[in-house]
Amino acid sequence: MTLRIYVPADASALSVGADLVADAIAAELAARRIEAQVIRTGSRGLFWLEPMVEVATLTGRIAYGPVDVADVPQLIPALLEGAPHKLKLGNPDAIPYLARQERLTFGRVGVIDPVSVDDYRAHGGFKGLEKALAMKPAEIVEEVVASGLRGRGGAGFPTGIKWRTVLGAQADQKYIVCNADEGDSGTFADRMLMEGDPMILIEGMTIAGLAVGATQGYIYIRSEYPHAFRTFGRAVEACRKAGLLGTRIAGSDRDFDITVRLGAGAYVCGEETSLLESLEGKRGLVRFKPPLPALKGLFGKPTVINNVLSLAAVPTILADGAKTYADFGMGRSRGTLPFQLAGNIKYGGLVEKAFGLTLGEAVHDFGGGTLSGRPLRAVQVGGPLGAYFPADYLDTPLDYEAFAQRRGMLGHGGIVVFDDTVDMAEQARFAFEFCAKESCGKCTPCRIGSTRGRETMERVIRGEHIADNLTLIEDLCRTMTDASLCALGGLTPYPVTSAIEHFPEDFDRPRAHRAAAE
Amino acid sequence: MTKHPARAWDQATARTIIDSHRAEPGALLPIFHALQDTFGYVDREALPLIAEALNISRAEVHGVMSFYHDFREEPAGRTVIKICRAEACQAVGCQGLVDHVEARHGIALGETTADGAVTVEEVFCLGNCALGPSAMVDGKPLGRMTREKLDHLIAAARTGRQ
Ligand SMILES: Cc1cc2nc3c(=O)[nH]c(=O)nc-3n(C[C@H](O)[C@H](O)[C@H](O)COP(=O)(O)O)c2cc1C
Ligand code: SF4
Ligand code: FES
Repeated sequence: MTLRIYVPADASALSVGADLVADAIAAELAARRIEAQVIRTGSRGLFWLEPMVEVATLTGRIAYGPVDVADVPQLIPALLEGAPHKLKLGNPDAIPYLARQERLTFGRVGVIDPVSVDDYRAHGGFKGLEKALAMKPAEIVEEVVASGLRGRGGAGFPTGIKWRTVLGAQADQKYIVCNADEGDSGTFADRMLMEGDPMILIEGMTIAGLAVGATQGYIYIRSEYPHAFRTFGRAVEACRKAGLLGTRIAGSDRDFDITVRLGAGAYVCGEETSLLESLEGKRGLVRFKPPLPALKGLFGKPTVINNVLSLAAVPTILADGAKTYADFGMGRSRGTLPFQLAGNIKYGGLVEKAFGLTLGEAVHDFGGGTLSGRPLRAVQVGGPLGAYFPADYLDTPLDYEAFAQRRGMLGHGGIVVFDDTVDMAEQARFAFEFCAKESCGKCTPCRIGSTRGRETMERVIRGEHIADNLTLIEDLCRTMTDASLCALGGLTPYPVTSAIEHFPEDFDRPRAHRAAAE
Repeated sequence: MTKHPARAWDQATARTIIDSHRAEPGALLPIFHALQDTFGYVDREALPLIAEALNISRAEVHGVMSFYHDFREEPAGRTVIKICRAEACQAVGCQGLVDHVEARHGIALGETTADGAVTVEEVFCLGNCALGPSAMVDGKPLGRMTREKLDHLIAAARTGRQ
């Protein structure tokens, strides 16, 4: 057996030197004339341990990390002979952070070669597709309905119901569109999946195509993710070559193919209708609804538009059955949620777990608290449009309804931690700034209101007529909530008003006074 | 994707690029990306060519291009440093990095140094939120960014080392 060494090529692993480590390992092996295969994988999502290097042994894989280039000369003998090493982590699956997860979607990420059809298949890939090929479209759709899967992109709309509408629509052409715009701060699950197991998404899109009668898929990947774009493109090529995309897929009489598109740096293009406009080669202006994209979507045709994680959940649902999937979770939030720990956090990374874990368990038990070691003060969940929760909200379960009840949102499952040095007035100001920069410009409350909001918040921060200005902000927020066409303008009040509500002390002290006291 | 511009603007190459994409449905963004990948920016002279190839007005081509943050009308510096300014990176001090680059190197966000060596831009999330503050240098992601690392990157770019 040739020696197999695994080094992640995930963008986060690269950001802390994974390429340098891979090169150093290859050079060291060559110098010692050792025959070995260096396989580039995705990341297991334990980012404080990246670059994490693994070696295959007769008793399973052994991990080492975080590996620095300087560690490599000593690491090689350890890899070869299992000699003790200060960076040895042992069996990666036994690391508590991983062992306590329930990985349905991310099971292969960090394990396999992301662009190898054989590797994907050897690890259980394409079982869902095989089942789907033997089913009637309506049966596939009903299986997804029964799983209880809700859209992971933010709004949480039941995926199967959306598919049912598209299946029922009459048209000469239908489309599957995968929303891989992942613009929310604190989120990286879509990126990790596209870099670590793109074929699960290809399989999910293909099953969606079979379910609703679409022969063409588009994936829209944000340009901030060049590595995901390249890896996904290579995976599509590999699948085409293997006859799994294109005409007569997997030896059947059905056709399905995928076009990979790159976004161009506009947050609003994550909104589904804006994304469709962008795919059509236009400015990403949000469309009025109705008509729903399910009836009149891409190029005016019935279109399923789903988030990466929604589509990637489908192969598992088909392979293991709707019930198995639905048995995970709580209330109306079924299955697992790949949530993401980010910001000022000690053990940042990806945790896939059934819905229902509390925010505090996520942040403390998995995340280990703040990176700075200072007290945690605020947590923003659900991206830039999500509410800021104070520390005493950490008992909130990760569940769509539980978050809504506390006037927050789970969104795409991004959890961003702030320690006690955060200035919540500044965070509220930034929320308006972000909205102003990213507004598509179609409606006044969003386009103008966000700019006015930012200016007004700057006055509050300077200590000018605080009470009056906060009343003005409140007014502005109400207008934005009521009169915005999409959630960019409509939800920007979430971070703003939650910051004011939960952290009033940051808004009623003149800034100069505060600076003097520090 | 930001890269070192491979070549100077020339119309013939631009035409070839545009032609190779014109038949794609919704070809406009792929065309802008391809032009920018090749030349480092989208030259003004490309707009009428695109308008003609796709049978739309020049105003529309310009309107689409200006909507997206990615597309440049002018070449950027030889090295492009994007600093993430979104919330997860704010939580670990990205604003301090932005302020440092301006105070120490005199480069504000969106500016290019007079010697054409470095452009510094803001970006909102690189998906590296667990290892922030994050930056991207010529398409390469960099985590746990510090002032010292930025100083080094900028110095290297200005002296032509990489
Ligand atoms: C401003 C804005 C940005 C959004 N960004 C994303 C995104 O990056 N990715 C995503 O999947 N959904 C995003 N959404 C939600 C989409 O509009 C849509 O609900 C989703 O793609 C539907 O897929 P799902 O049902 O699988 O969640 C965004 C919505 C808004 C209003
Ligand atoms: S709320 Fe803002 S982003 Fe949404 S449609 Fe209106 S202007 Fe566009
Ligand atoms: S918030 Fe900076 S990389 Fe995501």
